[in-house]
Parts: sequence; C-alpha cells; structure tokens
Amino acid sequence: MRTKTLLVSLSAALALMACSKNEPAAPSASAPAAEQGPLVLKLGHSAPLTGPQAHIGKDTEYGAQMAVDDVNAANIQINGRTLTVELMGEDDQADPKQGTIVAQKFVDAHVNAVIGHMNSGTTLPASVTYANNNLPQVSASATNPEYTKRGYKTAFRVMTNDEAQGKVLGEFAAGTLAAKDIAVIDDKTQYGEGIAIEFKKAAEAKGAKIVASEHTDDKAVDFAAILTKIKATKPDVIFFGGMDPQAAPMSLQMKKLGIKAVLLMGDGGCTADFLKNAGASAEGQYCSKPGVPTEQMPGGPAFIEKYKAKYNAPIQLYAPYAYDAVMVVVEAVKRAGSTDSAAILAELPKTQYKGVTTDIAFDEKGDIKDAAVTLYLAKGGQWTQVETVGGKAASAAAALPAEASPTQAAPAAN
Amino acid sequence: MQAKHKQIAGIALIGVALAILPFLIGMSFGNAWIRMLDFALLYIMLALGLNIVVGFAGLLDLGYIAFYAVGAYIYALLASPHFGLHWPLWAILPIGAVVAGIFGALLGAPTLRLRGDYLAIVTLGFGEIIRIFLNNLNAPVNITNGPKGIAGIDPLAKSIDIFGYQLHSLYLIYYLFVALALLIVVVTLRLENSRLGRAWVAIREDEIAAKACGINTRNVKLLAFALGASFGGVAGGLFSGFQQFVSPESFGLFESIMVLCMVVLGGMGNIPGVILGAVVLTVLPELFRHWAGPAQMALFGQTYIDPESLRLMLFGIALILVMRFRPMGLLPSSRRKAEFEHAAEEAGAKA
Amino acid sequence: MGKRHLRVPFFCVQPVTSDPVETFIQQLINGLTLGSIYALVALGYTMVYGILGLINFAHGEVVMIGALVALAVYKALAATLLPPALILLIGLAVAAATCMALGWSIERIAYRPLRNAPRLAPLITAIGVSIVLQQCAMLLWGRSYHSVPALLPAESHDILGARISDVQIIIMLAAALSMAGLIVLVQRSKLGRAMRATAEKPEVAALMGVDANKIIALTFIIGSALAALAGVLVSANYGIAHYQMGFLLGLKAFTAAVLGGIGNIGGAVLGGILLGIIEAMGAGYIGDLTGGVLGSHYQDIFCFMVLITVLVFRPSGLMGEKVSERA
Repeated sequence: MRTKTLLVSLSAALALMACSKNEPAAPSASAPAAEQGPLVLKLGHSAPLTGPQAHIGKDTEYGAQMAVDDVNAANIQINGRTLTVELMGEDDQADPKQGTIVAQKFVDAHVNAVIGHMNSGTTLPASVTYANNNLPQVSASATNPEYTKRGYKTAFRVMTNDEAQGKVLGEFAAGTLAAKDIAVIDDKTQYGEGIAIEFKKAAEAKGAKIVASEHTDDKAVDFAAILTKIKATKPDVIFFGGMDPQAAPMSLQMKKLGIKAVLLMGDGGCTADFLKNAGASAEGQYCSKPGVPTEQMPGGPAFIEKYKAKYNAPIQLYAPYAYDAVMVVVEAVKRAGSTDSAAILAELPKTQYKGVTTDIAFDEKGDIKDAAVTLYLAKGGQWTQVETVGGKAASAAAALPAEASPTQAAPAAN
Repeated sequence: MQAKHKQIAGIALIGVALAILPFLIGMSFGNAWIRMLDFALLYIMLALGLNIVVGFAGLLDLGYIAFYAVGAYIYALLASPHFGLHWPLWAILPIGAVVAGIFGALLGAPTLRLRGDYLAIVTLGFGEIIRIFLNNLNAPVNITNGPKGIAGIDPLAKSIDIFGYQLHSLYLIYYLFVALALLIVVVTLRLENSRLGRAWVAIREDEIAAKACGINTRNVKLLAFALGASFGGVAGGLFSGFQQFVSPESFGLFESIMVLCMVVLGGMGNIPGVILGAVVLTVLPELFRHWAGPAQMALFGQTYIDPESLRLMLFGIALILVMRFRPMGLLPSSRRKAEFEHAAEEAGAKA
Repeated sequence: MGKRHLRVPFFCVQPVTSDPVETFIQQLINGLTLGSIYALVALGYTMVYGILGLINFAHGEVVMIGALVALAVYKALAATLLPPALILLIGLAVAAATCMALGWSIERIAYRPLRNAPRLAPLITAIGVSIVLQQCAMLLWGRSYHSVPALLPAESHDILGARISDVQIIIMLAAALSMAGLIVLVQRSKLGRAMRATAEKPEVAALMGVDANKIIALTFIIGSALAALAGVLVSANYGIAHYQMGFLLGLKAFTAAVLGGIGNIGGAVLGGILLGIIEAMGAGYIGDLTGGVLGSHYQDIFCFMVLITVLVFRPSGLMGEKVSERA
C-alpha cells in the first residue's frame, strides 16, 4: 500500500515538473500582443443551443452576433488600433452543471468578457467562476434577483429582474385591478416562487389581502384540487408564478370550476402559447413582461427590420437585450482604451448607454437602473398592452432614432 | 514473488497514468475537460455506492440520488454564507457520510419486507420525498433556501503556487477525487470478498436460504443501504464544493436512473464494470455533444436533428442494444456470468 | 391608460355559494377524475406485470403516443363536417391501432429477447424504449404543447354546487368498464385462462398447448389499447398534449398499481382511485389540518407516505396476493 502512495505522489510531482512549463502562459496571455494590428475583444456567449429552449438561445446568440458584426463593420479606432470583436458561442443546454463547464471553457480561452448566460439556473453557478477569475459578465436575460445579490463585482444585467417585475405585478393587482382578496399559486421553481414572493409583498403593501397561497410544480397539469380550495376563498385575482405549460391548463380549469377571478401572470405565462392553449379561457387574463415591447424600444423598429433582414426570422425574445449587452461591453472598452478584463470591469459600473432596449445604467449591484415592466391583457386572442411601468427612457427616447445617440457606434445606420 | 512484482508494477503504472492524466487532457483539450473528468470521478463514486445496494445485495433502488442530495446539502449548509458557517472539508465529509448513512438505514427500515418492484417504487418515492423537502424547506423556517438553491459554497480547493508555477484548483480537485474514488474502490473490493459481501450475495440469490443459513438478513440489508448511502453522501459533499452551488433540481429522478444505468450497463456487481459504466455514460454524451452538430453540418450542410435529442435517442437505443446483446452488462462479474450462462443452458435444455 | 374602467369587473362578481360541503364534494370529484385516469393507465401496467412480472416503464409513453396520434387525426378531420363525437371515435380507433402495433413491437424488440436475462435488464431496456419514444414524438410533433380541441360537450352538471363535466363522467365510466371487461376476460374467457396459466408457470402452460409468446404479445396489445384510451381521455380532460406528458403520468399510475397490489386488476383501479383522492384531499386539506405549516406543496410527499405506510403493513399492496418467495 505504502509503495503505491509513494509512487502516486512521486509521479504526480514528476508530471508537474514535466508539464508545468506550459502553465505560466495562462495569466499573461493578452500582454504580449504587439502594439500594432487590431485590438481584439474576445467575448464569450452562452445559451442553450440544443434542447427545448434552443430557439430562444439561438435568438440570443443572433442578437449578440449582430452587435459584434456592427462593431466590426464600424471600424472603431482605439489608440490607433482597429477594434475587432470575436464571439465565442457555447451551448450550456440550460443545465447548471453544463453552465459551469462552459464558464471554465471561457476562462481557459481567455475571453475578455462574457455575455450570458441565458437562464438564471446556469447564470448563477457560472457567475461564481467568473467572479473567481475577475471576468466581467453581462446577462441579457437571467432575471433571478439572486444573481446580482451576492456582491460579485463581475455580475451585470441589462434585463429587469424578477423582484422588480413581481413588485410591479403586485402593485398592478392591488392598484389598477383594485383587487382586495388575492390568491397566489407558484410552481416552486426559482423563478415562480421568487416572483410570487415579491408579488405578495407588493400587493400586501398596497392593502390587498392574500387569502390563499398554494403551490404546484413545473410538470403538473391538474390544478383542480388547489383551485377548488382557492375558490372557497373567493379571490378577486389569482396570481400564478410559473410558466405557460401550467398556466394554460390552469386557466381552462378555472373556467371549468366556475371561478370568476382574473388570472394574472408574470412573463412565464405571457406567451403566444398561453393564448393558443388556454383557448377561450384566456380572454380577460393579464400578464407582464420585463422591458417594453420591442416595437416601442428606442431602437426597436430599426432593430426588428435589421434582424429580419439578417436572419430571416422573427425575434423570439432576448435578441435586442443581447445586442445591448455586447454594446455595453464595447462602450466600456472604448472608454477604457483597452480590452483587458480588469479595465472593462472598472468601466462597466459607469455605463451610460442609450441602447436599443432602453437607456442603460447600472445600480451598485449591477442591475439595470429604472427597469421597465409592461402589462398586457388578453383580448380577442391577442396580448394587448395595458401600461408600462418604469423605464422613463422608453417614452422619451422613442422619439430619438437609435442612430442619434452620440455614444453609439455608427453601425446602427445600416 | 514474480506475481507480486508484476502486481506492484501494474499498480504503479495505473498510479502514474492517473497522476498525469489531467495534464495530458488539460494540455490538449483545455481545463473544461478536466472538469468533465472530475464529474466522471464523482459518478464513479456514486455508481460504486449504488452498486453495493443493487449489484451486491440485489435491492433495486430508484431513489439513490437522495443520498447524494443529502451529502450535497450538508456540505452546502456547513460551508457557505447561508448560515455563515465555514467548516473544513475534512470535518464535513464524514458528517455527510454518516448522515447519508442514517438516511439510508431510515429508507431501509420500512422496506425490509418488500421485494423487487415494491421496493423500487418505495425507493423512488423516498428519493422524491427528499427532493421535495429540499425544495420546500425555505418556509416557514428557511433551512435549504428552497428552489433558489444555495450559492457561494466554499470551494474544495484554491489554485496554489508550487515552485512559482500555478497549479489550477481543478487539478487539485482531480487528485482529491481520485484519492477518494480509489478509497471507495478499495473499500468495495474488500467488502465484496468479506463475510458481509458474501451475505449480500446470499440474500440476492435466495433470501430464505440465506436466513436459514443464519444470516441476519435485516441487519445485512440495512448495512447495504447505509453503506451505499454513505458513499453517495461523500460524493454529494464533493459535488457541492466542486460546483459551489446546489439546488434541488440537480437531484431529480432522472439522475437516479442515470446512475442505475451506469451500474447495470457497466456490469452489475462487478467493480471494473461499474467504473466503466460511469465513465462511458459521463464522457460519451460529452464527446457526442461536441461532434454531433458539426458532423451533421459537415455531412448535410445543415442540422437536421437537434444534437440534444439525437444524443438522448442514441442513448436510449444504446441501452436497448447493450441489454439485448450483453444482458449482464459490458463487463459482467465472473460469478454472475457463470450463473447466467448456467441458467440459460438450463432453459435451453428445457426448450 | 385610464385606470377607471378596469375597476369595474370586480364589483360585478357575484358571491358564489361555496360552503365546506360543496368544496368537499368538488374535491371528491377532482380526486375521482384524477384517480380514474391513474386507474386506466395502471390497468396497462398491471396486465403486463401480472403475466411477465415486468415493469413496462414505457407504458406511459404509449399513452402519450395515443394522445398525440388522436390529436393528429382530429386536426386532419377538423375541416370535414363530421360530428365531433365521431371525430373523437375515429381518433380513438386510429390511436388504438397505432398503440397496439407499438406495444407489440416494443415487446418483440425490447422484452422478448430478454426473457431469460437478469431481472434488471428489461427494466433498463424499458427506460431505453421510453427515451426513444419520447424523442421520436418530439421529432414528429415538436416540443411545444398542443392544444386539444374540445370534441365532447363541455357542459357541467351541478352536484350541490360542485361541478362535474361530461368528460369527467366519461373518464370514470371508462375506468370502471375497462376494469370490468378485463376481469371478465381474464376470469371467464379461454384467452384469460391461457393468460393465467402463462403467468403461473410458462413451461407447464406450454406443455398444455398454450403458445406463451402469443399470449404475452396479446397482453401487450390489450394493454396498449387501454393506453390509447387513456391518452385520448387525458388529453380531452386537460385540453393539452405534449411529448413529455406520459412519463410522470406513467410513474403515478405505476405507484397506483403498486398501492393496489400490482398484477391485480381490481387492485389497479382501487389503487388509482385511492391515489387520486389522496392527492386531491391532500392538496385541499393538508394546509388546514396542519395549521398552515404544510401546504399543497407537500401533496406528493403525503402520497408517498401513504404508499410506504400501506406497504409496511401489506407488503404486496392492498389487494395483492401474498407472493410466495421465489428465487
């Protein structure tokens, strides 16, 4: 036994000696680049590119790629060198474990900053790796509040978080909808429970009463039991924190059980699939989405057109946000005059950028300041906008074409 | 004497190979693959633990991942800002092993009289119960932080400088995992040929006969559950510190099924087989993920089938084919193989 | 956006009469519906288990295929002027035929070659089949949830203020009739006698002139037809279908079959209905019973606890025979 341990440790040491000469290359990889030639900004982008959310992941990557192409076409000079952006797109399958592996890949590849990840579930564990390696991370779509709450200096996002959305929803229910008694259901996932908790707080603060708090899971289809229980409490509004595969049958079953309350949902239920699958029962239900509708974004209409021309597909969800996430990093590079991660990190908190989605500035945690939330009502088989809360830039900037912004690189001019 | 030398040389060779493996992989493919390797080692530990219950004692356990979860959460609770505790790894791992072992016995106790499929469904239920508790115990008192999971867990190791060279933490973690995996291999090897190991085989083959031979079937079964569970607990603790983030969604039924597939596919009851099963099922999908999309692009110019679903599809087909042509697994244990061939001959003779 | 006009609807809401009795009856109906669905699926598990001693893990996927095939038929016939009930029946017939062929193939490919293999081998192939079927369905029908048209009258009947729809009544009737039909088949018919003989001792049955392979194939075919029926009714009840709908349903049904005593036809239905009622009552009353400490999120834990308790006292389920210990 002892011989073996000895051998193992010996060989380990040997191997170390033999191989480690390659190691020191790691920390100073970007330094030896000569002072001439293009200034390369290497960005990592991670989203699920396979699996059930592949289409949304691809959409996010397209958005980022569009920004990269625009910057490269703009021929931006920094200290006499042309800025060239490279995008390294990776697939994390929306799997937390895979997310950490991708994060490691980015660190290995010495990217200067990371755009993503798409899902909160992957963003959270990956952010640990980025924080440990001082790698700036800008997520375009992770909405979990936890992401920016852990005090990492590397974590930023250009998307409204669930906390802000839940708060707006709660105030909407108690205020605009004038609901007195509210029942809350969540699907016991990070997203669903998170948004439901914020909803409750905000609704109660506005004087509404939470008459029932029920839970289901993200695979259930039968909600008859909890709805029956809720029916007995006679709520004015039922809030559901969860996704449309549950929301649609829930809406159907509410009607079947003769529940007259309105169903209110976050962005998880704010989809075309909900309308399709809930059929006639969808009519009159409410939902919310972070941000403003793409058409009303400052650079929205131009972006929609450009995206369509380039990829011959409609925007799914997050493409404009991913575009802005890249641009925010590029702006930081321009201000810093360097693509060094540390330099980008120092500049990101000072961001003042008029983006496609809105005016972007970060608060001390790395969340977007004055985040907007838009509320919708299902009417005639369509989600129609009811009101937009927050995001004062939305209306003001709508008048300004995106190109007019002085800080924005020329590319938006097509 | 000669044989002994050969044995030592063999062990030394394996030792050297294991020691340089991460460098070879790290140099040629990057650190992400070392991460992959670390995960493979974790699954080896898990599969070896489950092998005690399923392979040795013949008790079908569909909720094994629960013990992994218990170990992971114990590490997460004792070494993270969640409760503000930061205990050292060496204090937590034994606690994780013991607590998971107790949970194993807890699961074992009510199932002693159950057989086969009844046992399967109860273990499955047990696994779900643990997962749901982890998901729910954030209110009224916040213990597990619920679906949000616990983040910011203390890392297992930090990168260190040796002689001026930086050794990445992944390498250190690799050595830690190899050491513990080897420990578990040695323990299971010793168990297999011990009195207890033979008692498990006796129970697996014929419980009544085993009882008649004076084996205390109750204690022996409980020991199988507890020991298997404690290995899972250790692996869970390591997972937690490695990933630095745990949430209940990592411990679903599909994970239990995956580990079971590793054990059965590799060769139930045979330690090298189980190790092979774990490595094959962790590494192959990964390789596949890398090549499936690009290969389709190269061959047809576009991606016809989403690589993820192609991967799952091939996984399913592989399960069917391996069981069809090697029902004892890729590397069956010699004892089981002999039994099976004997039984098959008998069946053949009858027909 | 004016806020005024949005306030209106809530003042119009009539207080609906809802007392504890009505709620209780409604929960009972919810539980019976869910339970009948479990029972229908559990019957398929129990048939196969009874004869082969094998958990056909892929049974839930057969249910899913049934639902999606029927849906494809509805869509194809939607433009025709056939009465909805007829479209439903045609859909059911096509689904049943597809599932029967599928069940027969699954048995041939994945189970028959393994009949002498160790016990766990067919369990692994079953998982393999389950994964393959799911992925095939995903490729054929896509990942999104499909809305299933309401072909049956959506009328609700009032029972002391509680509501029950026609679909729910049909589901309960289907479960009861299937059970009765299967019991008659197994206990009274010649085929049933051959099945029982094969289940008891295949070698002896073969000596008596029973073609065991044929009997086992037939069992799979009957079980798969039931799966198709379950698939059609489940999708009609919830109004949606999806390529992953089968797995969890199969698992719950399997639990139900074990609870009732797997291999026993009456037991499958009893187990299914009990499980359904436990779930509904659990979700409905756990919170009140525990003073709000536990809520509806403990519903599944509650179910499994009941299952474990039952099995501790009756290791072969509620109606299962005491199995002699077989090596």
